[in-house]
Amino acid sequence: MPGFITNYLDKSVHVTPGQYGSPFWALVYILLVFGGVSLAVVCMNWLERKILAHMQVRLGPMRVGPHGLLQPIADALKLILKEDIIPDGADRFVFWIAPLIILLSVFSVYCVIPFGPTHAITDMNIGILFMLGVSSLGVLGIVMAGWASNSHYPLIGALRSSAQMVSYEIAMGLAVVSAVLMTSLNDQGTGTLSMIGIVQAQYAQHTWFIFKFFPLGLLAFFIFAVAMVAETNRAPFDLPEAESELTAGFHTEYSGLRWSLFMLGEYAAMIAVSSIAITLWLGGWMRPFPNLLHGATWDLAFSLFPALTFFGIAALTFYSTVRMPKHSFFRIQTMGLGAFGGVFALIGLLLLIPRVRNDIQDVYWFIAKIALFMYLYIWYRGTFPRYRFDQLMKVGWKVLLPMGIGVLMLTGIVALRTEIVDFVRQLVHI
Amino acid sequence: MQPVATTFFFYLLAGLAIASGVLVITRRNPVHSALALILTLLSLAGLYLMLYAPFVAGVQIILYVGGIMVLFLFVIMLVNLERSEREKQFNQQWIAGVAAAIALGALFVSIYWKGHAIFPAPMKLAAETDNTQRVGEMLYSNYMFPFEIASLLLLVAIIGAVVMAKKRI
Repeated sequence: MPGFITNYLDKSVHVTPGQYGSPFWALVYILLVFGGVSLAVVCMNWLERKILAHMQVRLGPMRVGPHGLLQPIADALKLILKEDIIPDGADRFVFWIAPLIILLSVFSVYCVIPFGPTHAITDMNIGILFMLGVSSLGVLGIVMAGWASNSHYPLIGALRSSAQMVSYEIAMGLAVVSAVLMTSLNDQGTGTLSMIGIVQAQYAQHTWFIFKFFPLGLLAFFIFAVAMVAETNRAPFDLPEAESELTAGFHTEYSGLRWSLFMLGEYAAMIAVSSIAITLWLGGWMRPFPNLLHGATWDLAFSLFPALTFFGIAALTFYSTVRMPKHSFFRIQTMGLGAFGGVFALIGLLLLIPRVRNDIQDVYWFIAKIALFMYLYIWYRGTFPRYRFDQLMKVGWKVLLPMGIGVLMLTGIVALRTEIVDFVRQLVHI
Repeated sequence: MQPVATTFFFYLLAGLAIASGVLVITRRNPVHSALALILTLLSLAGLYLMLYAPFVAGVQIILYVGGIMVLFLFVIMLVNLERSEREKQFNQQWIAGVAAAIALGALFVSIYWKGHAIFPAPMKLAAETDNTQRVGEMLYSNYMFPFEIASLLLLVAIIGAVVMAKKRI
């Protein structure tokens, strides 16, 4: 194989392809991330409908494929085939480019998300700043979509969205700063903004930042978790697209493929902000209890988790296969479901190979944490009623913002407690 | 990692900045102008990156593009566009404009030709990895006073805005 492919695979290389300067592997990672995220969005689509349905004691999609498994494919086909309408009087260029800007900003964020110590497209010195900055470009796309539609509901939706995102960004930024402050509590006293560096700082300090200076880390995480839901325009903060008031908010006038780009952007943004939260507070790619439950046995036990997950899904699938109705009409569906379970079991077997097992572990834990957050998102949507707009603003400016400032100041004071005590002592002696 | 194709990216970003800057003043529709301004600011952020100042680039994107321009668009969307499109876009003071442009151009050219003595000799570039730390250290040591004064000014601006917007507090 040519050198530009094999060089990076050298065992002594412990950096991301972007830092190593390998365009080929960077491209491979970009394609993997793009494909993975798109696939995750498709799965999310099905899972959200199913989970929401079960929360409301319904069945959800059941017709297309066994348990509606093929529903996302049917949906995608429908969206591609639908007519693409541009309303009369719309600003055609802005209308056309708005969904693309949202997608561009969301997928640029994935450049610096660390799925593992070396499994990121690149690592930047300003990683978290870059993420916050680029993800704040998404609001531009929403504003442009709402304005270009030349219609009332989209305009109101866009106005709501921009007000909401600008005000929650501040609380979010304060929470992030308090986590970044925690990274500087080492011997050198230098913090870092790099995403990989933040996780390594948690590793070096033997704790996830959510547990650091209890309850300060937890409070900062809480602020971020609330602001994150508001930033992605999801329930209970989904005022920009509140169905009962604004039809569909800023994307009312969009149809077909363009509309599906908005959906892709929304779900990809959910994954992106969740991974910021995971990197900053939940230890990134680290497995649970890396210092409490350590040793060869625990390492082995935790490294079996990926395979066990896949075996679990396979077992569930086989159970449903057996329970499929015994009618000739369902024969193909039953066979398909069985094959689906077989694929999962095979992937599980593959993950038992020691080398694969060790390489995949970090990525597995990161994705498992993302999955937890995605479930929470769906759970919120199934549980909380929508906020009124003035309530939303009140929560943002009068609760989260003062709380963020307080947490930031307290974190600084607690971090410098020995220095402060020394300083006071000196004053008293003089 | 060594930077690649720096000349190409410099001319690309500089060209983008100039072209979108021209669009800002020639578009009739204020929303289009604002979008072109966003492109200008983004290409400036790219130029900062090329100067090994990633922190400044990040702040440029967050503050200008993510914050200020969103507020710009927010306000423009509430403006009556039909009326603003009928208004005259340029005023007719050609002579003053040309004179100012020539004066500024002459200044640039003269600095380009014999300005080398004015500017300090190029310093050794600091490593890109500790750029952000350097900015932080400088702000909290050498430039502490101007930094605090600037934040005080911003506070005054905030209070002023609230006082002017609300007649009764």
